[in-house]
Amino acid sequence: MDAIILQILNGLDKGSAYALIALGLTLIFGTLGVVNFAHGALFMLGAFCAVTLNRLLTLSFETIDETKTDFLGNPMKVKTPYVEAWFGPETGAAIIDWAVPLSILFAIPIMIAIGFAMERGLIKHFYKRPHADQILVTFGLAIVLQELIKLFFGANPIPTPAPDIFRGSFDFGVLLGFDPNVIIYPYWRMVYFLFAMVIIGGVFAFLQFTTFGMVVRAGMADRETVGLLGIDIDKRFTFMFGLAAAVAGLAGVMYAPINSPNYHMGMDFLVLSFVVVVVGGMGSLPGAVLAGFLLGILESFASMTWVKDIVPGIDQIIIYLVAIIILLTRPRGLMGRKGVMED
Amino acid sequence: MLGLDKKDATILLVVIALALLAPFLLNPFPSNSGLAQFNAGYPDLMQRFVIFGIFAIGFNILFGLTGYLSFGHAAFLGVGSYSAVWMFKLLSMNVLPAILLSIVIAGLFSVLIGYVSLRRSGIYFSILTLAFAQMSFNLAYSVLTPITNGETGLQLTLDDPRVLGQTATASGNIPATNVFGLEMRSTYTMDVGAWSFDFNAGYYLCAIIMILAFYLSLRIFRSPFGLMLRAVKSNQQRLNYTGLNPKPYTLAAFIISGMYAGLAGGLLASMDPLAGAERMQWTASGEVVLMTILGGAGTLIGPVLGAGFIKYFENIFSKINDNVLHQWFSFLPEGMEDTLVFLLHPFVGKGWHLTLGILFMLVVTFLPGGLVEGGQRLSRLFRRRSRDTDTTPDPEHHPKESPHVAE
Repeated sequence: MDAIILQILNGLDKGSAYALIALGLTLIFGTLGVVNFAHGALFMLGAFCAVTLNRLLTLSFETIDETKTDFLGNPMKVKTPYVEAWFGPETGAAIIDWAVPLSILFAIPIMIAIGFAMERGLIKHFYKRPHADQILVTFGLAIVLQELIKLFFGANPIPTPAPDIFRGSFDFGVLLGFDPNVIIYPYWRMVYFLFAMVIIGGVFAFLQFTTFGMVVRAGMADRETVGLLGIDIDKRFTFMFGLAAAVAGLAGVMYAPINSPNYHMGMDFLVLSFVVVVVGGMGSLPGAVLAGFLLGILESFASMTWVKDIVPGIDQIIIYLVAIIILLTRPRGLMGRKGVMED
Repeated sequence: MLGLDKKDATILLVVIALALLAPFLLNPFPSNSGLAQFNAGYPDLMQRFVIFGIFAIGFNILFGLTGYLSFGHAAFLGVGSYSAVWMFKLLSMNVLPAILLSIVIAGLFSVLIGYVSLRRSGIYFSILTLAFAQMSFNLAYSVLTPITNGETGLQLTLDDPRVLGQTATASGNIPATNVFGLEMRSTYTMDVGAWSFDFNAGYYLCAIIMILAFYLSLRIFRSPFGLMLRAVKSNQQRLNYTGLNPKPYTLAAFIISGMYAGLAGGLLASMDPLAGAERMQWTASGEVVLMTILGGAGTLIGPVLGAGFIKYFENIFSKINDNVLHQWFSFLPEGMEDTLVFLLHPFVGKGWHLTLGILFMLVVTFLPGGLVEGGQRLSRLFRRRSRDTDTTPDPEHHPKESPHVAE
């Protein structure tokens, strides 16, 4: 029992990442009808927003501290980050410590701007082209983004720590009456899961309860009619692309402490997120979220030792296997709508 | 000739000439001149040109004709490589049985994957093939280690049985791959003045196989079967209403292209007898898609051009470093030279993928028909210009341009 709960918990954080990326993919697909292979790259860009802010905050200047000497007896050079000099040592250190959560504020405008630029500059020209062309051009874009990041940040993963108070683990088992240290769960993963839930809830609320969201939903259902009513639906769809980019970016920002960002993390997630979208049903937002969590948890179950003893290698292929079975038995995915991508 | 009309026979002859004369054509610069780094006429690279040419020709039969975009073809290449290396380990170092086995195994594998994947079309098909390829890749890395030797990759060892051949040579080395005694790595170097040309046995084997593969694809393109495949691409629904079932045709195309990929994998292993799982990764599948699109999907010669283009520039670009750039621009004033080198630096050397990505985006956006379409547009431009001098054609009565096959 405790093992099962542990695996569910372990699956949640990866599942949240899948769900967030798949949500963005589905938003883009549902509104603009574009298959965006560069979405994983947006996730990666988000993670590197956190890295960049971390670096900016730790920019420092050198002073010579007369009170301390190094082993040769010379006055020692001390590096002080600018932030500490401006806000005082304690506040400054706290700001640096909270670099990752702060990057959320930093990442939102950047990601929305990148999303706008991508849609207006490139994807706009591909609405009327076949899906294969859209896949190919965004695939090319993903390579370019990835290589640019590699150029600036190098090929190695860059550790980006979470704030100090989130280090360590939470003893989850005690709450449920298990022995201590049976079910422990790192605080940051819990934060990630809650954060993902907030974002997902926010996106759904935005679509459900605002006029803007209502128009967007109407546009997803029947673009032409909305256009005929005198609403500039293209402008709103562009905004939705920016929003989807921001969702992917935020997923990346918060994921940085879990896995040190490297330039190809986006591609690794992209392939799986596509599988998630297809399993959930192309164009269905709840489907994408559901399938994201489902596959994340399944993956973590499959990596349990006794499961691997029965079916060796199952942890490596479970997601693809499930996708194949679902695509063959339920062609529209778990919650796919009729008439979407049926050719 | 050989059941081809005049135009196709010309194309075939051009391909034959290009393939057989490649050692001359790819080494246009004297070997000690500054431009020698643009030479591509050494055996290893030439072999890769034709092998990836075969891979792309096969992929084009599926993608170019039927429009089904597979993102998992590297799996067949990998399977082909593994089976060829196993043949070297167990049977003999002769490459022919190895290549045959790799075609057969890749064919069987593609029957399995194709049968399942082709139940869906469009993006679902792409995802299914991607899923299958990633599955094979992950399995090759983990559980199938006894067969694939996991991360290290499958290699020949001195205690392999090699029933029909010898386990080790007299000098105690692993024997080299050969065709009835002719070693694949044997190279005859011809020196003509300042030039030197390499004639490699392995390259010529690959080249002859590529010519055969190209001829086969030419016949498929012109056959009633090829016509059916095009019909699948242009309007599958109409095909259904006509009472024809497209599935056997698409499946056949899938298997043929899988066998081409297996052949390419077998040849790769024959030239260099090792096989690794990274050959099956989805980035490798992406590469063949790039080659086909870049050259021109649905055209005969496009994939070969695309494969050659990518492999050539991959090799040349990654050799250019800052020193070379400084050498080139040394005639410029100091500041300008440094700026130019600084600007170009990200695109050369290790940054080759960046150049490739940008190039690929440009091609997809502006030249959906690839290099072949680019060539056609250029030649049309010149022809029009020369015609403009004598008579201007009436634009009203000009026949409309027929849509390109690749669209």
